[in-house]
Amino acid sequence: MPELFGDSSELFGSDKHRLNRRVYTVSEITQDIKLILENTFSEVWVEGEVSNVRPSSAGHCYFSLKDGQALLPAVLFNRAASQVQFKIEDGLKVVCFGNIEVYPPHGKYQLIVEKIEPKGIGSLQLALEQLKAKLEKEGLFSPEHKRPIPYLPSRIGIVTSLSGAAIKDMLKVLDRRFRDIHIIINPVRVQGEGAGQEIAQAIRDFNIFNKSLRAQERIEVLIVGRGGGSIEDLWAFNEEVVARAIYHSEIPVISAVGHERDWTIADLVADLRAATPSVAAELVVPKKEDLRARVLELLSDATRATAQLIQDAKDILDDLTHRLYLSIDNITSRKEETLKNFLKNLVLLSPQNRIQQYIEKLAIFEQGMHLRIGHIVELRQSQYQSLVERLASLNPLAILSRGYSVTFRIKDNSLVKDPTILKIGEGLRTRCYKGEIKSTVTEVKGDGRDKI
Amino acid sequence: MAEIKFEEALKRLEKIVEELETGELSLDEALRRYQEGIELSRICNQRLESAKKKIDLLVKNKKGELELRPLEDTEKEQ
Repeated sequence: MPELFGDSSELFGSDKHRLNRRVYTVSEITQDIKLILENTFSEVWVEGEVSNVRPSSAGHCYFSLKDGQALLPAVLFNRAASQVQFKIEDGLKVVCFGNIEVYPPHGKYQLIVEKIEPKGIGSLQLALEQLKAKLEKEGLFSPEHKRPIPYLPSRIGIVTSLSGAAIKDMLKVLDRRFRDIHIIINPVRVQGEGAGQEIAQAIRDFNIFNKSLRAQERIEVLIVGRGGGSIEDLWAFNEEVVARAIYHSEIPVISAVGHERDWTIADLVADLRAATPSVAAELVVPKKEDLRARVLELLSDATRATAQLIQDAKDILDDLTHRLYLSIDNITSRKEETLKNFLKNLVLLSPQNRIQQYIEKLAIFEQGMHLRIGHIVELRQSQYQSLVERLASLNPLAILSRGYSVTFRIKDNSLVKDPTILKIGEGLRTRCYKGEIKSTVTEVKGDGRDKI
Repeated sequence: MAEIKFEEALKRLEKIVEELETGELSLDEALRRYQEGIELSRICNQRLESAKKKIDLLVKNKKGELELRPLEDTEKEQ
């Protein structure tokens, strides 16, 4: 290289140098450049911002690294690309490791990237962020998708490692708690290559198995988890395949990855997140004392409600009885009222009064009658008296007593008033006061008065 | 009644309380439910004491079918 610079410094020098000049062919100079560049930059770290990402169908990834002033084409061939856990995106600040390669046919150079890491943040972390963003966009974390965790499930499925701390912790909790529970474990590896696949398959197996069970035998909740560890240890629970298996599980899933601070993607997709496996077990299996208290509470609720119902019934009964009395009273008093009115009318209408009136009238009549009769009798008596007197005065015998007499014809007992009708020799009867005289007519003389 | 599981008994008891609390039952019916509730609470308490946990593994058999195998057996095999 110093020779080259030496040569070039004298390019525009003397004729001698002109005569000595070295003319490259394009291939020659490109070859030299290639050698120089590729030898010089065979193992370099380059920092820059990713732009113009173009993935190829063969799995390579073409992009550019740039900063304010310059741009460096870069390629990530498929073998290296498959090792990258995060997604290479425009705008991403990265640090790449690789070598510069010159491509003579195009006269271009590019960085062949062997390793690529996000700048300032671990690549696992970045991958996590990217997957999180992607799944969130798809709605895998949406609260609407979260199913309720059944209270007091009788069958619990557990996806974890049989040799891990998680299963021991969970069984310990279950021992302390309510034990009327059927636990079904689908053992899986929870870290290392392929662990994510195993976990996802175990979740799917539980769902398949559940379909073969009768409704009352079905597994009601799944706990998927492991004990604590580094982000690498927990990585399986950040894998997309696990996230999708949890999302598609018909059985509600509780994630129980022992890492209190950071949430794994499994935690975000799960219907419920428990900070540790023990907590998950505590969430689904209640304490005996709590259950006892709950039973007691329910019983006292039932007692109170029943007492209330009885009290209500009593109140209703009292009320009805009261109203019954009231209404009977009402009816009775109304009837009484009516009856009184009737009686009043009846009294008014009673014949007693009229009878009394009649009696009174009758008495008046009677009195009048007596009065009248008295008068009449008196009248009649005086009339009679005068008649008697007159009769007495008219009595012929009375006249006879004074010496007068009356003569009747014997022939017909007729009174002789006019003697001229008498015939000589005719018998007569004369009535005197104290006896009769029989005589015969010897002479008749009239007194001259006209015959009546 | 004798075979009823704890959670079924508890659910039934909860339902009874709910029904009693709505106050829509006839008094006769309410008293019957209450009686049942007392019986259920007795069963619940019994189950709490007597229950035993059961642990199985979900494994694939030779035909590739999923089946349950008791955890204890598996441990013996190992």
